[in-house]
Amino acid sequence: MAYGPHTGGDRARMLDALGISTVDALFDDIPAAVRATGLDLPPALTELELMARLRGLAGRNRVDLASFIGAGAYRHHAPPVVDQVLLRGEFYTAYTPYQPEVSQGTLQTVYEYQSLIAELTGLDVVSASHYDGAAATAEAALMTCRGARRGRVLLSRGVHRHYRETLATYFAGGSLAFDEVPLLADGPAAGTTDLAALERLLADRDQPVAGVIAAQPNVLGLLEPMAEIGRLGHAAGALFAAVVEPVSLGVLAPPGAYGADIAAGEGQPLGLPLAFGGPYLGILACRDALVRQIPGRLVGMTTDTEGRRAYVMTMRAREQDIRRERAASNICSNQALCALASAVWLAALGPGGLRDVAATGAARAAELEAALAAAGAPRLHPGPYLNEFAVRVPDAAAVHRRLLDHGVLAGIPTAELEPGDPALADGLLVCATELTTSDEIELFAFALREELLAGMGTLPGAGPPGGAALPALGSDAMEARP
Amino acid sequence: MSVTGERLQPSLFERSRPGRNRPRLPAAPADALDRIPAEALRATPPALPEVNEATLVRHYLNLSQLNWSVDGGFYPLGSCTMKFNPKVNEWAVRLPGLADLHPFAPDETAQGTLAILWELQRLLAEIGGMDAVTLQPAAGAQGELTGILVVRAYHRSRGDTERSEILVPDSAHGTNPATASMAGFRTVNIPSAADGGVDLDAFRAAAGPRTAGVMITNPSTLGLFEARIVELVDLVHAAGGLVYMDGANMNAVLGHFRPGAAGIDAMHFNVHKTFSTPHGGGGPGAGPVAVRAGLAPFLPGPLVVREADGRFRLERPGERPASIGRVRSFAGSVGVLVRAWAYIRAHGADGLREVSEDAVLAANYVRQRLRGTYDVPYDRPCMHEFVAAAATLRRETGVRTLDVAKRLIDKGFHPPTIYFPLIVEEAMLIEPTETESLETLDAFADALLEIAAEARTEPALVTGAPHTAPVRRLDEATAARQPNLRWRVAPQGGAGRGVAPARAPGV
Amino acid sequence: MVPPDLRYTKEHEWVRVDGDVATVGITDHAAGQLGDIVFVELPEPGRALVQFAAFGVIESVKAVSDLFAPLSGEVVEANAALATRPELVNADPYGEGWMVKVRVADLGQLDALLDPAGYEALAAEA
Repeated sequence: MAYGPHTGGDRARMLDALGISTVDALFDDIPAAVRATGLDLPPALTELELMARLRGLAGRNRVDLASFIGAGAYRHHAPPVVDQVLLRGEFYTAYTPYQPEVSQGTLQTVYEYQSLIAELTGLDVVSASHYDGAAATAEAALMTCRGARRGRVLLSRGVHRHYRETLATYFAGGSLAFDEVPLLADGPAAGTTDLAALERLLADRDQPVAGVIAAQPNVLGLLEPMAEIGRLGHAAGALFAAVVEPVSLGVLAPPGAYGADIAAGEGQPLGLPLAFGGPYLGILACRDALVRQIPGRLVGMTTDTEGRRAYVMTMRAREQDIRRERAASNICSNQALCALASAVWLAALGPGGLRDVAATGAARAAELEAALAAAGAPRLHPGPYLNEFAVRVPDAAAVHRRLLDHGVLAGIPTAELEPGDPALADGLLVCATELTTSDEIELFAFALREELLAGMGTLPGAGPPGGAALPALGSDAMEARP
Repeated sequence: MSVTGERLQPSLFERSRPGRNRPRLPAAPADALDRIPAEALRATPPALPEVNEATLVRHYLNLSQLNWSVDGGFYPLGSCTMKFNPKVNEWAVRLPGLADLHPFAPDETAQGTLAILWELQRLLAEIGGMDAVTLQPAAGAQGELTGILVVRAYHRSRGDTERSEILVPDSAHGTNPATASMAGFRTVNIPSAADGGVDLDAFRAAAGPRTAGVMITNPSTLGLFEARIVELVDLVHAAGGLVYMDGANMNAVLGHFRPGAAGIDAMHFNVHKTFSTPHGGGGPGAGPVAVRAGLAPFLPGPLVVREADGRFRLERPGERPASIGRVRSFAGSVGVLVRAWAYIRAHGADGLREVSEDAVLAANYVRQRLRGTYDVPYDRPCMHEFVAAAATLRRETGVRTLDVAKRLIDKGFHPPTIYFPLIVEEAMLIEPTETESLETLDAFADALLEIAAEARTEPALVTGAPHTAPVRRLDEATAARQPNLRWRVAPQGGAGRGVAPARAPGV
Repeated sequence: MVPPDLRYTKEHEWVRVDGDVATVGITDHAAGQLGDIVFVELPEPGRALVQFAAFGVIESVKAVSDLFAPLSGEVVEANAALATRPELVNADPYGEGWMVKVRVADLGQLDALLDPAGYEALAAEA
């Protein structure tokens, strides 16, 4: 099934106007030696067949599990109004607003997105968005090097491994360097950034530091001493970049309040579908003084020749099409539709709704913590968390696998998230959101207790035979208790 | 649409009133945050707008009416491939089985999505004539960076550390040299030949032991197929460099040219161009990278792998040690990739060939209609796009390409790409695509011919355009000098206004 | 007509010498080509300039260009007004739109620059 309008008659008229008999003549510039005669692809599917195929494929994914996984992507309530706005063709089939006179819709929505994120982060300059949290973090690191005119970055291991790996890739091309700051292995602040190690790394006069980067909450869900990290960095002449989770900013102190110069993060939790990884939304924000260093598009407010308020992409001379090899970044796009989705979601929830989402998640997480501890899996770390934490589970990968048979997606084994860390060899990183129900928590705890006891040899192998689907939750499975 | 007043639409913040938002979920327990240390909590809630759903919907619906879109009209933007975005693809990605899958879901629970991604890797490899594909890059520009980092890794793996230069034709899109810089290379700009193609002598002179590679767009940004592509590839390989192809213009050659067959070592696709995924007002797109077998070890991971028993999985960390690493989190922009997969499966081999033929035919047809009125440099058939220029028009009437572009808005058309590529004076790059009807193509050509006539008889009509857009020409100078990049909410919940933040220092 | 008392570079900078201090800016022609200037990136006092090497960057709404030093020397002052009013470069390129003042080491370098007629000829070709 093709989507074009041309009939044989249309094609004949166009060929006629060109004075040629077949379209092949228009491909003569392709040297014969490299001209292809076709492609070896599966036969075309009609719309009916395509839809059937897609339904079948979607059915091969298990999305019916009681899910306790976060680790950088989070399930939240999705008000249907968000998708209805996204499905307006005027938004999703529009191009980049290079012609502002006919793109005021897109431009105003991006300006509003920038404004909303500025409110959440407490930083005034917000880019029109980057690819995802990982790329935004890598660019934040590059910004600190440009801003501080130094070549070394310190990156806490509390930042998500995917972000650290992306930063490593972005740094590979040049002469910049980065070092990781370890997490404390024990004590009351176990699992958070080792401040003494950070100080030692900052003290190296031969390798002055451009930027210090830490996450709040960190990848293990723990709250970090961000103001102190920032203070240490600033004292050494470095800039401070915070990696943030935007829903948490509904209740947690924002980067602007604890002295961060730059904020980066993943906007997916702002109502974007999980979708196995994307498209997501890279949040990047900074203080006014760094505005010339921020990569990516910026939308500004201005007036037209008749004095009307209007919006336009601005400070374009920073970008690659003008600066070319001197551009700070080659980025040529933004995640515009994702930014729109996040703005509609934030407006649909409002400040109270956002707070309820974050706080309800925290309440569910506390419930989850108690249930798992009672089931034999206490927390790995003692410090405060918002809605995500790690629990100790021996043989975690095997337990995780068997819990699937109980219908539970028991977070992610910490060893899978951080393969290099012996302190995380036996754990599960779990989270709860406002969508997590008490029934689900009970199911998880029950199944985990069974598996832990089975693992100790006390009970025979647990779980329903043959890896069956989700067991019934009770007499009325449709009405989960709040 | 008549426009009066000081603004088109209020901002979301101006529509806000304290208490106007209605709760969508139960209130959180009052003690939910008691266990969080006070210093970690916000002192004041964020000043987000408070609107009810009706106000929200009206706000966004009204904003949508201020936008041009492919669904609404013709967008002849050269190098953007503004083709129709099939609606079945929007249905597909919203299937809960696809939309609700967590990126860390265990492989066994993700077989449907993994199957799609694995097959897309193979489909793109076949289309590109390549051996291996990564779906991870989140945009064409990120694909370019990936490709050039792969080139870098290849040379280093062979102990070849002196190759510090990337050669780029002067017609290249700005991302190409910006990418080279990001990857740590120096860009060497090579002038194009008079016929618009690469100047082989200039490339031969520049290629040598410091050449890591060449970035070439084919068809070029002038809409011309690089007839000397094989010679170029051979001379770069002879100098020890690799050839990277920017695949932005693949819509011209699907099923007619497979870059791997010409010896190209690596390339990226822009799925939001060639494979119909929506532009979304600026994104999200995706930029998969395809390479020949020798470069496959260096691709970012994880790739999707199929086991002998037919099950799919993601590569494990460390499974391919020579990989350059990640360029983003998780597997990629899967929602975008699913749309591209669906598009390719809906067309098959013959369908894709027909896409290119119709795209090329349409471009040549419109070019033919404009010849004689506008400058049409390069006297040979174009591919899916062509350059027309208003240089002569400017000399004779003072009317520039910018004015022509703005006047097209009054005629009901989105302007084409203007002032690109940089090597043609007063350039307009026009790409009709294969999904526009003949009536639309004719109406567009008619409009451009009318504007050329207006330039001679009533030039003010053109230079003062647009007259009918929702806003007139904008004060971009003030927007850049005194950037106002966010709405500032006044204290005490007043309406507030956009204000310029403190000026950044000039040094 | 360009001011008769200045010297010019091929890259459209002008220089006015007063004793051993040279004032540098860009010509009216260059400012016109760039369009509305929005930002000028200038070196700090103390920085050493090398004749014909880039010493700064000038941005307009749609373009960017390096600034090239007409003479070698040490920067003594950068025009702070341009930080808040870059439009001065368009409005008064030879006066209030000046960019840097430089203490010149070797006034003999002036010989390598264009005189007003030479610059006029160059600008006419562009």
